[in-house]
Amino acid sequence: MIDTCNLTIKDAASLLASKKIKAQELAEAVLARSEKLNKKLNCYVTICSEIALKQAKLVDTLLASNQKLGPLAGIPIALKDLFSTKGIRTTAASKVLENYVPVYDATVVSRLKDNHAIIVGKTNQDAWAHGASGENSDFGPTLNPYEQSRVPGGSSSGSAVAVASGTCLAATGTDTGGSIRQPSSFCNLVGLKPTYGRVSRYGIIAMASSLDSIGHITKTVYDNALILNVTAGQDNFDSTASAKPVDDYTQNIEKGVKGLKIGLPKEYFDGLDPNIRKLIISAVKTLEKMGAIVIDVSLPHTRYGVATYYIIQTSEVSSNLARYDGIRFGNPREKFGAEAKRRIILGTYALSAGYYDAYYLKAMKVRRLIKDDFINAFKKVDALICPVSPTLPFKLGEKNNNPLAMYLSDIFTVNANLAGVPSLNVPCGFISSPRETSSLINGLPVGIQVIGPYFSEKLLYQVGYAYEQETKWYKRKPEL
Amino acid sequence: MNNFETVIGLEIHIELSTGSKMFCTCSADYFGAKPNTHTCPICLGLPGALPKANRLAIEYTLKLGMALNCQGQLSSKFDRKNYFYPDLCKGYQISQYDKPFSQKGYLEIKTGETTKRIGITRTHLEEDTGKLSHAVVNDQRVTLIDFNRSGVPLMEVVSEPDLNSASEAKVYSQKLQQIVRYLKISDADMEKGSMRIEPNISLRKMGDKSIPHYKVELKNINSFKFAEKAINYEVERQEKILESGKIPDQETRGWDEKNNRTVSQRSKELAHDYRYFPEPDLVPFVFNKNYFLKLKNDLPELPDEKRSRFKKDYQLTDYDIEILAREKDLADYFEEAVKVGSKHAVTPKQIANTIINQKPNIATVMPAKLIQKIISQTKTSTVGQEELEQIVDQVLLENLKAVEDYKEGKENALMFLIGQVVRKLAKKSDPTLIQKLLIEKIKT
Amino acid sequence: MKKKSKSDSSLITHYSSRKIDIDYVARLANLPLTKEEKKTFEKQLKEVLNYFSKLNEVDTRKIEPIDHITGLVNIAREDKAAPSITQKDALANAPKTHNGFFEVDAIFEEQ
Repeated sequence: MIDTCNLTIKDAASLLASKKIKAQELAEAVLARSEKLNKKLNCYVTICSEIALKQAKLVDTLLASNQKLGPLAGIPIALKDLFSTKGIRTTAASKVLENYVPVYDATVVSRLKDNHAIIVGKTNQDAWAHGASGENSDFGPTLNPYEQSRVPGGSSSGSAVAVASGTCLAATGTDTGGSIRQPSSFCNLVGLKPTYGRVSRYGIIAMASSLDSIGHITKTVYDNALILNVTAGQDNFDSTASAKPVDDYTQNIEKGVKGLKIGLPKEYFDGLDPNIRKLIISAVKTLEKMGAIVIDVSLPHTRYGVATYYIIQTSEVSSNLARYDGIRFGNPREKFGAEAKRRIILGTYALSAGYYDAYYLKAMKVRRLIKDDFINAFKKVDALICPVSPTLPFKLGEKNNNPLAMYLSDIFTVNANLAGVPSLNVPCGFISSPRETSSLINGLPVGIQVIGPYFSEKLLYQVGYAYEQETKWYKRKPEL
Repeated sequence: MNNFETVIGLEIHIELSTGSKMFCTCSADYFGAKPNTHTCPICLGLPGALPKANRLAIEYTLKLGMALNCQGQLSSKFDRKNYFYPDLCKGYQISQYDKPFSQKGYLEIKTGETTKRIGITRTHLEEDTGKLSHAVVNDQRVTLIDFNRSGVPLMEVVSEPDLNSASEAKVYSQKLQQIVRYLKISDADMEKGSMRIEPNISLRKMGDKSIPHYKVELKNINSFKFAEKAINYEVERQEKILESGKIPDQETRGWDEKNNRTVSQRSKELAHDYRYFPEPDLVPFVFNKNYFLKLKNDLPELPDEKRSRFKKDYQLTDYDIEILAREKDLADYFEEAVKVGSKHAVTPKQIANTIINQKPNIATVMPAKLIQKIISQTKTSTVGQEELEQIVDQVLLENLKAVEDYKEGKENALMFLIGQVVRKLAKKSDPTLIQKLLIEKIKT
Repeated sequence: MKKKSKSDSSLITHYSSRKIDIDYVARLANLPLTKEEKKTFEKQLKEVLNYFSKLNEVDTRKIEPIDHITGLVNIAREDKAAPSITQKDALANAPKTHNGFFEVDAIFEEQ
C-alpha cells in the first residue's frame, strides 16, 4: 500500500507521470485510509468513494494514452464542506443543510476538476465556519491526530486533519479570521490564507463576505504553491476577485531569504506564552542565519483586531445566513446550532437601527487604521513573522462555555483578514504538552505566520520554503 | 374639504428592459414563461452565489436621472436592504441607500394653465423580487413562489412630496412614463407590472407648510385610473380621521379593486429596520464629469423639447403636437415623412392630419409611401367628377383603335388611354379613378 | 492610540450598558429561540458587547470608514443573457413544490 502519510503532491505527481503508480491505486489507498480513520477522527462529512474512483479511472485512461495533464491530475484532494460540489452533498457541517445537494460547482472546484484532481470527500468543520476548534460542527468534533484528546483547530478542522492523517494530499479551506492558518499550525501543516480576492469565492458558502479568503492546506510549501497556481485568478462570477495576473508560484521557490527584511511586530510578542515564543524566535533566528535581516516593527492597532473583526464579521454573517429560510433548500432556521444563532443575533443587533454607528461604522473606521498599520510596516520590511495562536492546541471542551474566550484566541490571525493581506502558516516545531501522562506524546505542533503585502504569495512561499527545507518539521507524522 | 391640503409623494418602480437580469445572466424577458425557468444560483439565492452588476442597467438609470435634471453622483454604491419575505430569496435585497446613482432633480408638469415643478429626490437601482401567488393544494391554502422575476433590474424614482392632488399625481406619472419610453429603457406598462406606482399620502392643515408627521403608503395599484381612485379614497378616509381629532396610522394599505377601497396590510418588514450596510460582494462605482457630459449629449430629444420644437418648426396645433409627440417612434416617423414630403410640396400639416386621422401602421408603411398616398389623395380632390367624365368620353372617341385593342385583351391599350386622359386633364388626378371610369365606359 | 474621544466613546458605553432586546432582535433575524437560549445568549452577548466597547479607545473622529477592501471600482458585466438552469434544478432541493412553483404555507397580506 502506498504510504500516503509521507507522500507529497510533488512526489505523487512524479510517480504518476513516470507510471510508477496508477491514479486508481492512489485513490484506493486514500479512500481505504479515510474509511478506516474517519470513525475515530471524524474529519469527513462525506467520503466520495464512487466519484473518486471514477475520476481516478479517467485519469489513468488519459495518462495511458500519453495525454499531457495538469499538475494536479490524479492527486487526491479533500474539500471543506463549504465548497459547492455539483451532485455531492454540501452541508457547511450544519443540520440546516444536512441534505442539500448543490446543482453547480464552485469556481475553485471547477478549476480543480478541470485539472483532473481527485475529490476524496467533503471535510468536517465548525458549522458555517464559526469557530476555531472544530467543536462547533453539527456532526461531531474532529480530533487532532497528534493528540486525540485535543482540538485540531478550526474552522477548517476536517481539512487539516484529512491532510495530517494521510487521507488526502491536500485540502481546501477558507480563512475569515484564521480558519486555515490556525488548524494548520495545530496540525503541523502548511496553510495559506491568500490575499483577499486572489482566489474566487463563487460557489463557496459565504461566512463574512469582506473577510473570506479562499485557501488550502498541504504538507509542504511546494505542494501549497502548486495548488495556488490552479485556484488563483480572475473569475467573471466574482466581482471582488482580482484580475491581477497569476504568478507561477513554484518558480524560484528556492530563492532563499538573503537580504530579505523581516519584521517582528512587537504587539504579537508582548505577553506571548514563553514556550511558543521560544519556538517562534528560534525560527526567526534560523532565517537570520540564512541571511534575513530582522527588524522590530509595530502594528499599533493590533489589540483592537478582535473587537473590530467580530463586529464586522457577525454583521455580514447575520445577512449572509438570511437566505437559509427552508423554502428553496435546507431545513428550517431553528436547526442552526448555538454558535450560529449567537452570531446571527450579535450581527443583527450591531446593524440594527440606533446601533449601526456605534458598532458597524466604528469598526469600519478602525479597520482602515488596522489596514494602514500593515501598509506602513511594509514600507520598512518585506514580510512579517509572528505567532498564529496564543495557545497550544487545547483540550476538547476546554473553551466551550465561553464564547468570548474562544473569540480572543483569534487575536494573531484576524488582523490579516481585516487588512486583506496574505499570510502563510509554516510548521515551526513541537512543544511537549504540560502534565500529560500518555506515552504517545511527542509534543504538540506550533506554527509561524509569514505575512506579506498584497499579492506577495510568491515571496511568502520563498520564505516558508527556505525555513522548511532547513528544519523539515513536516517529517514528524502523527502516530495513528 | 377646505380644511386640509393633500400631500403626495410618489415612489415609482420601473422594470428595465435589459436583456439579462441585474446581477446574473438569466434572461430578464420572463413575462409569460413557465415558473422558475428563468433562474440560476444567483437569482435563486443559492448558497455560495455572488452578484455581478449589469452595466447597461446602470447606464439606463443614469440616463433617466439626467432626463430628470438630477445631479449625477460621482461616486455611488449598492447596499443590502435586509428583511425577510418569501419572495426575497437572499433575505436581503441589493438596493441603494445613501449614495444612489442620481439625486436632486425635478419634473415639470402642467396643471391647468400653470407649470408646476415636482422635485425628484433620487433615482436608484435595485433588484426585483420573486412573485407570490395563492392557491389551494390538497384543501390547504398555500402561497406559491415564482423566482423568474427575482433579480430583474428595477429602478426606483422617488419624488418630493410636492404633489397635491390625485390628478397631479396622474399627470406626473404619465409624464414619467413617457420619458422612460422615450429613452427606451423600459416599456413602463402598468398592466404588465413593468411600472408600479406607490403613492405616499398625508394631509395637513391648509396653509401649513411643514411635512405631516405621518404618511400612508399605498400598494397594489396597477393602472392610472386606480391610482386616481385610490388616492381620492385615501384622502377622504384620512380627512374623516383628522376631522375626528385623531391622526391616521402610519401604515401600508393596499388598493382593493373589487370593493373600491384601501385596506390595511400586514406589514412585511418589522418596523422598517432594514439594517442597510454597503454590499460587500460588489465594488463601488465612480464616474467623472466627462462621462456624465457624454451621457447627457447622447440623450434623445425629450418630450417637452420635442413639443416646443414641433410648435416652432411646424406650426401645428397643441392638439396635433400632443398626439404626434406622445411616442418617440411616432414623432420620428412624422419628421421622416416631413423630410420626404418637403420634396413633393406636401406640408407638415397635411402629414399630421393624415397620421392623426388615418392612423397608418408606422411599422409597415414607410414614410415615403405615406407621402405617395397623400399625393394621390390630393390629386383626386383637384378634378371634378363631371370634368373627368367629359375628358374620358373625349379620349375614348378619339382613340377607337386603342379601345378595340383593349377589348381584344391588350392591357397596354388601357395604359395608353389613361395616359391620354392625364395629358388632356393637365391637372393632378387619380390614375386609379381614371382607369375605373374608362373600363366602365368601355363596357357599356 | 489611547486617546479617549468624548463623542465616540460615549456611544458604545451607553449602548453596551443596555440590555440587548433579544426578543426584538430574534424577530428581526427571523430566528426562533427557546426560553433557555434567550437567557443564555443574553448573558453571553452582553459580555461580548462589553468587550466591543474597547473600540472607544480609538480616536476615529477624522477617520473615514474603509472603502471596499479590494480598492476596486466599476466592476460590471455586459448585458448579455445566458441560459438559465432548468426548472428541475431550480426546485431540486425544495422541501415543497407545486406545478413548478415553490410552495409555502399561505401568507395573508390583508388584515
